[in-house]
Amino acid sequence: MSRPSIRDRAWAAALVAPLVLFLVLFFVWPLWTMVTASVVDDAVTKVLPRTAAAMAQWDGNDLPPPAVQTAFAEDLRSAEDQQALGEAVRRLNSAVSGFRTLLSRTVTAAREAADLASLDLAAIDRRWSDPRFWRAIRDAVPPYTDRNLLAALDLKRDASGNITAEDPGTAANRVIMLRTFVIAGTVTLVCALIGLPYAMLAASASGLVRALLLLAVLLPLWTSLLVRTAAWFILLQQEGLINDALMAIGLIDGPLPLIFNRLGVIIAMTHVLLPFMVLPIYSVLIAVPRNLMPAAASLGAGPLRAFWRVLLPLAMPGLMSGCLLVFMVAIGYYITPALVGGANDQMISSVIAFYALGTANWGMAGALGLILLAVTLLLYVVYGRLSRSPQLPGGA
Amino acid sequence: MRSVRTLALVGCLSAVVGVWGSIGAQARDLTVVSWGGNYQDAQRKIYFEPFAKKTGKPVLDESWDGGIGVIAAKVKAGVPNWDVVQVEAEELTLGCADGFYEKLDWDKLGGKDKFLPAAVNDCGVGAIVWSTAIAYDGDKLKEGPTSWADFWDVQKFPGKRSLRRGPKYSLEFALMADGVPPAEVYKVLSTPEGVDRAFKKLDELKPHIVWWESGAQPLQLLASGEVVMTTAYNGRIAGINKSEGKNFKIVWPGSIYAIDSWVILKNSPNKDAAMDFIAFASQPENQVKLPEYVAYGLPNKEAANAVPAALQADLPTAPENLAGALALDADFWVDNIEELNKRFNAWLAQ
Repeated sequence: MSRPSIRDRAWAAALVAPLVLFLVLFFVWPLWTMVTASVVDDAVTKVLPRTAAAMAQWDGNDLPPPAVQTAFAEDLRSAEDQQALGEAVRRLNSAVSGFRTLLSRTVTAAREAADLASLDLAAIDRRWSDPRFWRAIRDAVPPYTDRNLLAALDLKRDASGNITAEDPGTAANRVIMLRTFVIAGTVTLVCALIGLPYAMLAASASGLVRALLLLAVLLPLWTSLLVRTAAWFILLQQEGLINDALMAIGLIDGPLPLIFNRLGVIIAMTHVLLPFMVLPIYSVLIAVPRNLMPAAASLGAGPLRAFWRVLLPLAMPGLMSGCLLVFMVAIGYYITPALVGGANDQMISSVIAFYALGTANWGMAGALGLILLAVTLLLYVVYGRLSRSPQLPGGA
Repeated sequence: MRSVRTLALVGCLSAVVGVWGSIGAQARDLTVVSWGGNYQDAQRKIYFEPFAKKTGKPVLDESWDGGIGVIAAKVKAGVPNWDVVQVEAEELTLGCADGFYEKLDWDKLGGKDKFLPAAVNDCGVGAIVWSTAIAYDGDKLKEGPTSWADFWDVQKFPGKRSLRRGPKYSLEFALMADGVPPAEVYKVLSTPEGVDRAFKKLDELKPHIVWWESGAQPLQLLASGEVVMTTAYNGRIAGINKSEGKNFKIVWPGSIYAIDSWVILKNSPNKDAAMDFIAFASQPENQVKLPEYVAYGLPNKEAANAVPAALQADLPTAPENLAGALALDADFWVDNIEELNKRFNAWLAQ
């Protein structure tokens, strides 16, 4: 065939259509939803349109003029869509705690009031005499916001709109984010240190030994995450097998703290993620001709030099993709750190899960996810430059 | 070439059909969702299976770990794939305010006066009363702790303790340890000074705390001797004493009890069957069977009175257990959980 006809091209496109459809449906669309959820801020204006319009008359100092208060009461009275009202309440309560009970009380009062113009909001709840609550409503009027993205980085806007740091002791997202990368990096390093020799061993063995070695590394993949984690608990606890054994042979006097700290998290995560390191390296090494090492030896290279100059460069593509896989998967962990970690081992996914599942604050969950994605992409580009591997886009 | 084209067409079509089929609503049997474990096994035996037998239609059951975000996602998807869900007090308050649940038909339930006042809600009816309390191993500690002050006293009771990771419960317990009487805990906690006071008290115990996350963990920690005392769910403690012959003790004064409720998700395709199921599970003659399996209190007054005296002593609703206990303030937590959780994380990271 010289040049493919349009028909042939159409058929070729149809072949990849399922893949494209899958990517759009399960990758592009959720990602886009996450981005919009974190910056779109129309929940309050949808429910309180009159209030939003009237807010222009208020300078943000003291209490808003009566016109704003009346518009607000009218909006609340005519709010029909309960789910939309719930969204607005969620948004406001996330800015200032207390809006939940405050608004449900005020909505009831606004619906029962005979005359809205003379309705005294402060009499319904004294919190309405606190400008903080009114300012929270005013801040929610613009259709887009950066407050979620800022909050994900422990930043906020002060009363005059400048970006400042959160008060010390009230936010820890940056610390937790950094910790996530440190844990993921450590696990990747440990996996590489164990995985490379292991893969070399498996690739050089044959028959039953190789099958057993591969089975041993695959087994954790087939076991439930919770079972594996519980098994580590039994092994690592104070009166666990490892501490008992070490004390019995007299190596230590008292039990070592092996669990409910960073060490426990690294051990348990390395165990779970090791297959993602071993398998890529193994698949590369298995294709390396076996006579290369003897050839290197015959040319005068010692075992170390032969490893350094011949085998390691050949294993590099596998090692690189193994590191990438392990690191990426490790970033998303949170059940294992939650079960075997200590107070300072929680990873960012647990914070994301808190917002997504615990409080349905998808804006905040999306913002944290977005920041995590951005930092990860940045690391990926740096990694691509450093590794100079032709397989990676961005590699030199 | 022809076969390749056919393959492409089939691939394309099957992808579309597959996606459509998984999204599209199908006739689905009544699906009831609860907390899993022993508790759900008991519910299956006394509620799900008898109800399926009575109506002649299968009842599917699933388990979940809570979270209003899960409910919100299900309801906003249009037609939810769950019908009846057992929710905690905050999820009831939040979801009812946000229109995630159907309103219950209280005539079918026999009237509001048949239930504990705290178990009555437009959107939900109480299913159980459960408690979070101090637990310790009676075989290891002859003289156990009797209060939160004891829980904080590492001189008198050396060793680690465990608490559930999160501000909820931890702050209340810290205030009680600091001498706040149970009845005033939420009053103190509603002020910024009260929150500071609770975190300051937690500071004292911080180096001695192992944080737990899932309900099975505190029992494991206690059984292995990793901690000397812990907070735990009362049903789990009674359960492990029975199933594994342990002698774990519960300290009832200062415990916090809460009510879990049955709700029906908005736009459930099995709304009527769901209402019938909730009515069935709320009837005194069915509810009274529960304490035999799990030590949870019953919100139906008639059922609560009919529980045999031997089982009564383990329930959070027994008068002597209720004295000195505190009811969870769901309103406080729906208002403050985000801010306090943020602060709690920052406090942990210090």
